[in-house]
Amino acid sequence: MSEALSTALALLIGLDAKLIDIVLLSLRVSLSAVAIAALLGLPLGAAIAVSRFRGRQTVIVLLNALMGLPPVVVGLLVYLLLSRAGPLGALGILFTPSAMVLAQAILILPIIAALSRQAIEDAWREYEEQLRSLGARRMNAALTLLWDTRFSLLTTILAGFGRAAAEVGAVMIVGGNIDGVTRVMTTTIALETSKGDLPLALGLGMILIAIVIAVNAAAYLTKELAQRRYG
Amino acid sequence: MSNGSILPLRLADVSFAVGGRPLIDRVSLEIGAGPSTIILGANGAGKSVLMRLMHGLLSPTSGRIDWNAPERQGAPRKQAMVFQRPVMLRRSAYANVAYALKLAGIREPQRGVLVHESLESVGLLHLARRPARVLSGGEQQRLALARAWALHPEVLFLDEPTASLDPGAAREIESVIKAFDAAGTKVVMATHNLGQARRLGDEILFLDQGRLVERASVGEFFSKPQSVQAAAFIKGELPWA
Repeated sequence: MSEALSTALALLIGLDAKLIDIVLLSLRVSLSAVAIAALLGLPLGAAIAVSRFRGRQTVIVLLNALMGLPPVVVGLLVYLLLSRAGPLGALGILFTPSAMVLAQAILILPIIAALSRQAIEDAWREYEEQLRSLGARRMNAALTLLWDTRFSLLTTILAGFGRAAAEVGAVMIVGGNIDGVTRVMTTTIALETSKGDLPLALGLGMILIAIVIAVNAAAYLTKELAQRRYG
Repeated sequence: MSNGSILPLRLADVSFAVGGRPLIDRVSLEIGAGPSTIILGANGAGKSVLMRLMHGLLSPTSGRIDWNAPERQGAPRKQAMVFQRPVMLRRSAYANVAYALKLAGIREPQRGVLVHESLESVGLLHLARRPARVLSGGEQQRLALARAWALHPEVLFLDEPTASLDPGAAREIESVIKAFDAAGTKVVMATHNLGQARRLGDEILFLDQGRLVERASVGEFFSKPQSVQAAAFIKGELPWA
């Protein structure tokens, strides 16, 4: 453990160029995936929250269930989709960071959609009469609620980021863990563990956890400050 | 009447039931422009439900509700409602009023003028930039009135607007409601507060267990109530009015 700690420190203090590349690629892939999933998932969650249609409950149950989608399964599906014989094979993005972004975006889209659906539906209960009284139509109300629940949606997005940053199965399958191209923190940890370099694996693990904590702390502070200001 | 006014409002045999239990029971009445109407009754008499039916937030289980000029879907509403607990959006007081005007299709620069004017009329201009949700309960309710005011509605529904406020804040709300009335807006207000009914009302609709039991001018209602229920209500409520 102490060896892992000193390795982590040495890696950090040394600002090892290779390590920095791996960390940056991890962040780039996961943050891009979060951005895409939020762009699609938040409006989807809001639309489901305020609409009434047949089979709505089924959709909600499915969406909630998809939050537990196993990363390796997503990886496999995206792999089949992008492999040369697959429907999107012509894109030629398998074993590139783009494929990893796609897989992670699919993985966390249900998380962001399902959690935002819940938050917005709770708000809708409070706002519905007032907004309908003012003549707001449902889709208009959905946009209003998206903006009004922005602070709680930040937590939703963080849940998505946490999932993306932590998963290894999907990026391993569609990225291939190619040194210098698609190697990210989690796949490096898996590789070093299997090679027996436990101190390096643990050191990387600590850095990964530190990054996740830092991102969450920043988001939490933003949320607290904003909530105190806007009530 | 073909003057474009949405009044009178006619209710014909309107009932509203939840799970077979009637909350509003065969109410028929006509509400015209002019004097302000108070819907009076004990808690659970159906005041709020009746107002939500009139305002279109609920649909009657049976019976008909007709405005003189029917509302078109998507057109700006000519009626507004202020609720017991105001619902404010997480933005400034100014932006809350502007939001309502935007929904009503009113563009800048007119929108800004109306927001300014309505905040001034309720005495909140100095708090215009303050986030609405951190205002006090009384201020939020005044803001709700400003939001309604800016829309220049023909009819303003008020559902126990002072029930969760202290007496000072309640007085301020009452004076804004009087100003609405003086400006020609038809005020329809639910309350169980007899003092408030006298101060603000011209006529009383008295509800008991979902039924319209009595309709009379304020003077008549309080001096010689026609129904047993109304007499009992006045007697029971007066000490706290």
